[in-house]
Amino acid sequence: MREVAVVGFTQSPAKRRETVLNDTEIVIPMIDELKKSKNLKNEDMDFVCSGSCDYLAGAPFAFVMGLDAVGAWPPVCESHVEMDGAWAFYEAWVKIQMGYAEVALVYGFGKPSMGDLPLTLALQLDPYTQAPLWPDAVSVAALQARLCLEGGVLTERDMAEAARRDRRNAETNPYAQIKGDFSPEQILAEPYVASPLRRHDCSPISDGASAILLVAGERAKEYCERPAWVTGIEHICEPLDLNVRDLTRSRSTEMAAERAGVGRAAIDVAELAAPFSHQEILVERALGLGAGTRVNPSGGAMAGNPMMAAGLSRIGEAARRIWDGSAGRAVAHATSGPCLQQNLVCVLEGS
Amino acid sequence: MSAEEKPDLVKVIRTPIRLEYTYSAGKSASRFLRAMKEGRLIGQRCPVDGRVYFPSRGSCPQHGVPTDGEPVELADKGTLVTFSIVRIPAETVPLEIPFVTVQVLLDGADTILMHVLSGCGLDEVHMGMRVRAVWKPKEEWEESVANILYFEPLDEPDADYDSYKEHI
Repeated sequence: MREVAVVGFTQSPAKRRETVLNDTEIVIPMIDELKKSKNLKNEDMDFVCSGSCDYLAGAPFAFVMGLDAVGAWPPVCESHVEMDGAWAFYEAWVKIQMGYAEVALVYGFGKPSMGDLPLTLALQLDPYTQAPLWPDAVSVAALQARLCLEGGVLTERDMAEAARRDRRNAETNPYAQIKGDFSPEQILAEPYVASPLRRHDCSPISDGASAILLVAGERAKEYCERPAWVTGIEHICEPLDLNVRDLTRSRSTEMAAERAGVGRAAIDVAELAAPFSHQEILVERALGLGAGTRVNPSGGAMAGNPMMAAGLSRIGEAARRIWDGSAGRAVAHATSGPCLQQNLVCVLEGS
Repeated sequence: MSAEEKPDLVKVIRTPIRLEYTYSAGKSASRFLRAMKEGRLIGQRCPVDGRVYFPSRGSCPQHGVPTDGEPVELADKGTLVTFSIVRIPAETVPLEIPFVTVQVLLDGADTILMHVLSGCGLDEVHMGMRVRAVWKPKEEWEESVANILYFEPLDEPDADYDSYKEHI
């Protein structure tokens, strides 16, 4: 395996509705800031990979405009995933492993405020029997939460406590959208949005973007004093049909965590991209985190969930804590699809 | 079950998809469209090589740098870089066929504008000819490129080939 490190990260503040900028204009300052802070020239980048979703933009090939933020000269070696930027990160990592690149720029962006996100996400479901019913994403997640409650896997109080932790941690995160100290009692007194989910159990709808710089081997140290080395990364996908999966655990996260070697040593920090409180608990358990792990010091996706960037930002947030020495070993998680269908786990370590 | 009792297999289902979007043009295109309403054409300059992009956009797609300097005001005349004679009617073009689609390099711009040409015979259209915009009446101006009805020939000598050859 080639050693690869995360050496740079930029993110925009998660916003409920970006009214001035279009989606490309949200990305432009992220990449500009990353290039300037790392003194990175276009000719230094061997590979560029982005994650976004045309269904959010409402236009085919909308992602191509994102390249305006990168620059096409000298001719750029580029790819795109119709997924969270965390999967673009994975593709860049593979490209580096194959020896095709040493320096890779990865970015993710989304502006879900242009449409109706819970309905747009319904199109991720099986197109014959589920999607035509237009179940909104919150209701689909609520079915999963109900299964968890009835299976005795977790309680509404557990969910409220997870939500409280995230929003409280987010108080020190200038990029977070939902922050504050909300007591579990306060949360449990709220009405249901889609039973058993309350407003606080749901991540916000956010517009935003983030970008990461990945560098192989010794060169990583030219860009960062204490690089965050990727010592394990894996993603696993479960079947699309909700009725063939055990929705009360995240089997794909368990498998990805095992293959990425999460349990090989203690984890100081975990950054999770689960968009609902019960899903966050399932992911936390699937990763096998111990009491010594600080979970979501940034607030995670529950505090700010820019579609197609939230997972990539978790990798950036985890890396940031390796750079500043506050963590020696960190894990980042990203998810895609309904009810935690596909999960990515990335382990980062300081040298 | 006998063959007669066998139900028809479902071969086709219709699952209509409709999503609504509120599209925002963005900071840069909004500035361009607002200027159009005032009858002004604005582009933006790349801070690396000074090229002027028209319509204005948020970054230079070649160098990947923000074009956040002052917008550049352009003349409503330029050079016909290339053209095509269209003999099939198009709903979006309010001209009789045959008409001429043209690519115009506005004076001061480094990117071309697609539009239509009128006001001369088909056999007179040629590369390098100088043209100018014919606008709708001022009271009809909107935030739209359609404020320019078409381009028409300008009584000026042809532009030097070298001045537009890289845009062909």
